[in-house]
Amino acid sequence: MAEKETTPVHEVRPTTQELRVPARFIPSPTIEPGHSFATITDHISTIVLRRKTPIGWLIGFLISLMGVGILTLSLTVLVGKGVGIWGINHPVGWGFDIINFVWWIGIGHAGTLISAILLLLRQEWRTSINRFAEAMTLFAVASAGIYPALHTGRPWFDYWLFPYPNTMGLWPQFRSPLMWDVFAVSTYATVSALFWYVGLVPDLATLRDRATNLWVKRIYGMFALGWRGSAKHWYRYEHAYLLLAGLSTPLVLSVHTIVSFDFAVAQLPGWHATFFPPYFVAGAVFAGFAMVLTLAIPARKFFRLEDFITMKHLENMGKVLLATGMIVVYAYAMEWFYGIYSGNPFEIFMLKNRATGPYGSMYIALWICNGLAPQLMWFKRFRTSTFWLFVVAMFVNVGMWLERFVIIPASLHRDFLPSSWGMYHGTVWDWGVYVGSIGLFFALLFLFVRLLPMISIFEMRTLLPEAQAHHTEGTEAQ
Amino acid sequence: MSETKPLDFTKFRERIGDLRGKDYWRSLEELSRSEVFDEFFQSEFPRQAVALSNGVDRRNFMKLMGASVALAGLTGCRPPAEQIVPYVNQPENLVPGKPIYFATAMPLSGYARGVLVESHMYRPTKIEGNPEHPASRGASDAFMQASILNLYDPDRSQVVRRMGEISTWSEFVAALQPILTAAKANGAGLRILSQTITSPTLGAQMQQILSQFPGVRWHQWEPAGDALREGNRLAFGSYVNTVYDFTKANVVVSLGSDFLEEGPGHLRYARDFSTRRRVRAGQGDAGMNRLYAIETAPSSTGSIADHRLPVKPSDIESVGREILAALSGAWTAPAQTAHAGGVPRAPFVAALVKDLLANRGASVVVPGDDQPPAVHAIAHAINSALGNIGSTVTVIDSPEVAPVNQLESLRELVTDMHAGAVRSLLILGGNPVFDAPVDFRFKDALQKVPFRAHLSLYNDETSLQCHWHVPETHYLETWGDARAYDGTVSIMQPLIAPLYNGRSAHEVLGSILGGLDTSSHAAVRNYWFGRGATEAAWRKWLHDGLVENSALPARGGSVAGSIPAAAPAQAGGIELEIKLDPTLYDGRFANNSWLQELPKPQTKITWDNVLLMGPRTADALGFGKEERDRMFNELQTRIAEVEYRGAKVELPVWVVPGYPDGAATVYLGSGRVNGGKVATGAGTNTYPLRPSTAMHGGPGARITMTSRGAYPIACTQEHQSIDPKVVGERGIIREASFEEYQKNPKFAQIVHAAPEPGLEHMHESMYSPYEYKGHAWAMVIDTTVCTGCNGCVIACQSENNIAVVGKEEVVKERELHWLRIDRYYKGDPENPEVFHQPVPCMQCENAPCEPVCPVAATSHSEEGLNDMTYNRCVGTRYCSNNCPYKVRRFNFFHYSDYDTPALKAMRNPDVTVRTRGVMEKCTYCVQRINHGKIEAKKEDRRVRDGEVVTACQQACPTNAIVFGDMNDPASVVAKLKQEPANYALLEELNTRPRTTYLATIRNPNPELVKPQAAEEAHH
Repeated sequence: MAEKETTPVHEVRPTTQELRVPARFIPSPTIEPGHSFATITDHISTIVLRRKTPIGWLIGFLISLMGVGILTLSLTVLVGKGVGIWGINHPVGWGFDIINFVWWIGIGHAGTLISAILLLLRQEWRTSINRFAEAMTLFAVASAGIYPALHTGRPWFDYWLFPYPNTMGLWPQFRSPLMWDVFAVSTYATVSALFWYVGLVPDLATLRDRATNLWVKRIYGMFALGWRGSAKHWYRYEHAYLLLAGLSTPLVLSVHTIVSFDFAVAQLPGWHATFFPPYFVAGAVFAGFAMVLTLAIPARKFFRLEDFITMKHLENMGKVLLATGMIVVYAYAMEWFYGIYSGNPFEIFMLKNRATGPYGSMYIALWICNGLAPQLMWFKRFRTSTFWLFVVAMFVNVGMWLERFVIIPASLHRDFLPSSWGMYHGTVWDWGVYVGSIGLFFALLFLFVRLLPMISIFEMRTLLPEAQAHHTEGTEAQ
Repeated sequence: MSETKPLDFTKFRERIGDLRGKDYWRSLEELSRSEVFDEFFQSEFPRQAVALSNGVDRRNFMKLMGASVALAGLTGCRPPAEQIVPYVNQPENLVPGKPIYFATAMPLSGYARGVLVESHMYRPTKIEGNPEHPASRGASDAFMQASILNLYDPDRSQVVRRMGEISTWSEFVAALQPILTAAKANGAGLRILSQTITSPTLGAQMQQILSQFPGVRWHQWEPAGDALREGNRLAFGSYVNTVYDFTKANVVVSLGSDFLEEGPGHLRYARDFSTRRRVRAGQGDAGMNRLYAIETAPSSTGSIADHRLPVKPSDIESVGREILAALSGAWTAPAQTAHAGGVPRAPFVAALVKDLLANRGASVVVPGDDQPPAVHAIAHAINSALGNIGSTVTVIDSPEVAPVNQLESLRELVTDMHAGAVRSLLILGGNPVFDAPVDFRFKDALQKVPFRAHLSLYNDETSLQCHWHVPETHYLETWGDARAYDGTVSIMQPLIAPLYNGRSAHEVLGSILGGLDTSSHAAVRNYWFGRGATEAAWRKWLHDGLVENSALPARGGSVAGSIPAAAPAQAGGIELEIKLDPTLYDGRFANNSWLQELPKPQTKITWDNVLLMGPRTADALGFGKEERDRMFNELQTRIAEVEYRGAKVELPVWVVPGYPDGAATVYLGSGRVNGGKVATGAGTNTYPLRPSTAMHGGPGARITMTSRGAYPIACTQEHQSIDPKVVGERGIIREASFEEYQKNPKFAQIVHAAPEPGLEHMHESMYSPYEYKGHAWAMVIDTTVCTGCNGCVIACQSENNIAVVGKEEVVKERELHWLRIDRYYKGDPENPEVFHQPVPCMQCENAPCEPVCPVAATSHSEEGLNDMTYNRCVGTRYCSNNCPYKVRRFNFFHYSDYDTPALKAMRNPDVTVRTRGVMEKCTYCVQRINHGKIEAKKEDRRVRDGEVVTACQQACPTNAIVFGDMNDPASVVAKLKQEPANYALLEELNTRPRTTYLATIRNPNPELVKPQAAEEAHH
């Protein structure tokens, strides 16, 4: 941030009005006009510190807690009785457990992508949604983590998956993709948590400074790690944040790549495919942005954050949805291509069975949800309508779940030997854990929006023209 | 007794119910200090005893059962009654951890099958066939294998009961005395009802009773056996037995017979039959026999037949008549061929007759045991006309002590009972209240008998209707003797003291003859020593498991009887066929959970009995194809009501291909009311459909579909929905006719699903292949001779402590069998070819399960075994997902019974009992391999070929399964691997399975194949 003798950019360049740029070419702002440093800080910190707990928040939180209750019950029964309470059986060894694991992990990806990659790419519009998306990542990973941990037959021995010196003299099996999962997901969870927390520190300090209650002050103060906003602090913060962003960036690609290896490494038709890593990563980003939209649209309305999460954000996310959706559709199409082109009867049968077998309706629903629905995003009218964005996002949420269903049980249920074919149906306990994990996710999210600034205060302030007055070249106001 | 502190019942229950582990034994000593504890308990608190016997919930029941078992176990601690020696001195041959084998015999419907019983520290744990015994030749079937579970069954009756209350043996004998005293003079209405008896000792005892008590009468009843007896009488003029020699038969015709699966000689028959079936390279064209099966419901025999003619039950007789007539030229194929279920019948008969005539003296026609007498007469007339009698058919005297028409025998008894002429009735075994013909109203008749006693393994339906119930000894608990199908005598020796204070029939009859002290041992020994046995001979008999040269000699048997004229065809309705259940027999095995969960050989249904019918019959009843397919996918069906001779029974419908039109089959033995925890509630009782006038069914049944649907069926294999093309293009089943094999022995080597011709590059790897320097265990399964009989499945279950999961879990597709027998169909659904493929773990060299396990719980041994370490398994199920053969089995719940004490004693101590959450699978019986290796090492030699035998291999009656060391070039398995017909399942996946198959080779009659050739072409 070396200061040079340069004229502030916005004073030199002609404004769009002066250039008579047609309105449709004027980009919508990432922050609505009229805000100052103070108003931003006020607006966001007030949600946490000043405002009374809104009744709507209470209701939502209680409903989520009910979900947590269902989760607790389901998991207690699960550990008490065994995974037999689920619908899994002999041809279909993985069901809702792994579907939901992949689904949640996928959802988490948007957060990392927004935080890390968009940060490195200097996409400033990310600023108002990154905190929220990162929290979503963290909570999605928490929900996802339930499944691999508890889907095992004897979860009390899960620690055997970790490489630690032991009296048995045994290491885990490093060739197993599940082993890689352990590393991938635990790294992901750690880095995401760190990234999120480091990003929170300056804001925690703000809350500490603005809190009136002594205990609240102390608690925020403890977590603010003594942040005083000195130049040294900022200098170190910027470095740490960039480093973490750099660490996170490969994770966006690696986590879902490794999750996809769970399938791609197996030799089951419908799993064994080399294009799974990019297909899964695209699917994850797709799912993640859909979930961000699902959460952001109501939150924005409820907490009156339209000034900070502007239509530009929503529209951009709609575009990402469209782009990643197209990649996913391309993957679906490629599955057919290489299946038929290979001439492998197992692959061809798998595709036929996928489309016309007992789970054919789910496959068709998958195409509608993930293939057709996002096509609305070609049109600005839909991209800029919160209603339609929300509808499309919901379609994608469902579609991505169906995609995992189609990949996992629908491939397993009819594999090589017809004698061992079977059927798979989720049981009430499968749904219990699923609904419960959604409950957990929302409960954590509700706590987050109540206790922490859901939008990064200090980063929002950098979006203001005042912040950019001292900026050097290369940073353009929109 | 009155001096001692009064024992409070609730305290007693607390004491027993809450005992665990070590406390349990310490306290038992206290409890059992008094010999008369039982009597004291029963007489002091009779009311509680009643409450105990009636309404005990499951939990308390199990607690008490545990205590009872422990009490029973004490019998093993007291000075042994007979030849069981206490461990004061270590017995010479007993090495802890090393099993000892004893020869004995398992009687089923009276007839003996020789067995060798594996005994660990004098606990029998496993049944094998006795290689010396003519009825077994070392093979065993599901009943033999599963009988070990019956021994330990905690539901077995444990105490003598009087009016349902606990009593004692001495009280029973005392109660018998006044009746015997009265019977001395004129019998006083005393009757004895037994099952079929071949035991010479028991027969002698019975004769002695009949002579001591002149008025006493002896009746016999078993639900099956009359048809064969009467058939043979019709054919040969008296009660004789026919013994077949399949080694000499080039052409075999089954007239409704399932000789490979049913009857006392089936194991031997299957073994003999298979010797003429095996095709090996370089053998020339000599040898392969040809089997024609004419039958209704698909059977094991029909499933491996070269030609199968599905006909209605009544048509079996008419086909037989046509064959007989054609032999003498009195029948020519009509121009207009009648179709039996889509199969042209006349060409079939014509070709068959031609084949028979070409093989005079080297062919055999086998009538089904449950076929009407006329079919037997016709079959033996054909055999006689072909000169087979004396060559492939040997006629011997009946091995039964007193062969009678048991239906008439029972009818006589029941008539007298209804008339009040029977004053006392002793029922020795059997369960007539459940299985007597429905029109006899046996239960009602029983109420008119003032004294009735029942000797039985279980406190069953009949016991409940009797004043006295005496627990019977299992055959592994008692001395005895019995004859095999060919008359060979076996002396049965006990493997363990009676677990539940049982008494044998010898003891009951002995108590009639001489009071309390007659032991089974004394009875049997005295009988044989009275007939010139010496101690040395006796010991040899016990050792060998049979009395040498005791087979009954061939008698001059000429076909005597004239064949009755054909009965006029009865019109109307659907023809009903009533058969014994292939896994539950007549219902006596209904409480055996292994057998309940054993997939029935042809339908793969468990835990249930169904109404079998063909697709067109189902269509006519309104159970259409789409509905069927959907239901088979979801394993749910609809309930039909069967109305037959005035009785109505509701049964789930099951449609099988290859079933003729206009007929339906029901199986007996399910639906027990009081058969024990396992039996009660499993399936539907079909005995109400069986009046004395139609013991094996007949025309006139009315079947209507009810509106009740979505009935879950625990079928272990998906059914019709499998597209035969899928099976074909995957090369799962590879088959050829004998003729095609001669032309191209390497027909099985075509690689299916290979992307390019030539598979060489597919076996390439970046790594050099692992060199197996020591042993390389491998298995070859000859699908040509596999009859799908299931002997191996239960043998595996018994050997490897495989748990039972119950109907609901089987419906969820969670059965645990390590070895399953896959069944595939090919060709015309009206009469498809059937293929059986036993699928154990393939022990792949490139096992897909191994690299995916995150904790390395499954790994490869240096001998090529795909080992499973249960202790290490966390249960991710990834290995199962990645197993293309789906042979891995997961413990979704805690399926193993860790609590029932009796079952603990049954388990193989060499095999871990698995807990919940772990994966398990076939290990090639690694415990047996290690045992063999240890023995070899002690003698400093390599393991000999044939020294290590897997459980499935040992059981297999047709020697279809061969196991051994592939690295030993002289081993059978190594040679079979070189056979041109040898192929690996899904070899294109490059899993390099150690288990391979010999392709199915059938020997169809060229005359019958030609018209189908065009049809075959498009398969």
